[in-house]
Amino acid sequence: MSNLGTDRVKRGMAEMQKGGVIMDVVNAEQAKLAEEAGAVAVMALERVPSDIRAAGGVARMADPTIVEEVMNAVSIPVMAKARIGHIVEARVLEAMGVDYIDESEVLTPADEVFHINKSDYTVPFVCGCRDLGEATRRIGEGASMLRTKGEPGTGNIVEAVRHMREVQSQIRKLIGMSDDEVMTFAKELGAPYNVLLEIKEKGRLPVVNFAAGGVATPADAALMMQLGADGVFVGSGIFKSDNPEKYARAIVEATTHYQDYEMIGKISKGLGTAMKGIEIGTLAPENRMQERGW
Amino acid sequence: MIKIGVLGLQGAVREHIDSIQASGAEGIIIKKKEQLEEIDGLVLPGGESTTMRRLIDKYDFFDALVAFGKQGKPIFGTCAGLILLAGEVVGQEKAHLQLMDMKVERNAFGRQKESFEAELPIKGVAEDFNAVFIRAPFIREVGEDVEVLAVYNEAIVAARQGHFLCSAFHPELTDDHRMAAYFVTMVEESMKELAS
Repeated sequence: MSNLGTDRVKRGMAEMQKGGVIMDVVNAEQAKLAEEAGAVAVMALERVPSDIRAAGGVARMADPTIVEEVMNAVSIPVMAKARIGHIVEARVLEAMGVDYIDESEVLTPADEVFHINKSDYTVPFVCGCRDLGEATRRIGEGASMLRTKGEPGTGNIVEAVRHMREVQSQIRKLIGMSDDEVMTFAKELGAPYNVLLEIKEKGRLPVVNFAAGGVATPADAALMMQLGADGVFVGSGIFKSDNPEKYARAIVEATTHYQDYEMIGKISKGLGTAMKGIEIGTLAPENRMQERGW
Repeated sequence: MIKIGVLGLQGAVREHIDSIQASGAEGIIIKKKEQLEEIDGLVLPGGESTTMRRLIDKYDFFDALVAFGKQGKPIFGTCAGLILLAGEVVGQEKAHLQLMDMKVERNAFGRQKESFEAELPIKGVAEDFNAVFIRAPFIREVGEDVEVLAVYNEAIVAARQGHFLCSAFHPELTDDHRMAAYFVTMVEESMKELAS
């Protein structure tokens, strides 16, 4: 009688996260701090992206002990990352009862050609995108939620801004097109035609699109909301700052009231130092996580 | 025109606004407590109840929401909204707004992979409502003034107590607006009562 894992249930879960902040955590203590600060979900990881960047080597799915520890610590949803194309890591996370899987470029890809066929799973997936082509390819594979790729672990918002603006501008272009122009646009973007038609008809993406990859301050979070993000992922930005608790609370508030500049000014006072950032130009192309996946 | 607000701190706000507009009322996103004075009824949407509660406290919404309910204005809570309305929450020392006499359990159907859709009869609303349950709570017990509207596998999933309405599922996620229309009618009735 009841249907599990339908599109509506998987996409709906992400709809409930709208206007919220999803925080990267590496243990139960951080997870509790995030929940207490008002996070709508946490992402359980072995290391935050900036540490993954610093450590180098192959980054894989987190040790299940950590994921379990986090799941037991909080009542909000718990997400976890699987490597791009790593069908088994994703199945393991699903079996563990994780609420959402991030098929993530922050980890070292397991497959350089194919992403996971996410429609096969009961658990929903979130995937990164840089433009509408990438966004619709992931939707075509069954992603129930999107996020910008940005450039993870840099504390630099510039790439997330680029990706969000690109997706929004291409959606506007698509909506303004006549039907007979859509197939050529699909060819240019490498996008599934049917997904483009659905977006054109709805006037928006059929799934929520969060900002991710470089959010370091309350103002960064509010900026992304203003550019059209449905919510915000914060990776290294919170637990690599001077005062994680204050930062977490301030970023949640700035996301809720992203157009209340007086309030953002107030909550940004005396937060201490944000995470140290990285200028994108100094990153060699092979060190750019956003180039992983297609 | 009837004005119905949707608490817009976090969660599925737009879907409720669409649903309200489709039912012939005006939908308004409520971000500041002063806005409560402009509206005739209020929806507490789905989202994360812990997040919403924190923001309710942060922006001093709590007393204003309780007062809104106590003055006889209708409130409809879906999923997280149902938890906010409950008098008692299993495993929590203190519940939230405590406007409805019922005991609820969070994530009572399990985690996300247990989330589901099912067709349900809802008393006074529909015989065949497609109900979407997402990490949903259910109602363990209700007081005698609470009318049970829907049950799924012996769990209470929708109820009404006077001018308060709640559902464990998400009527706003489908194109079936009968539940929203039912609430709009409740608001109309309350306006007549409050005027007399």
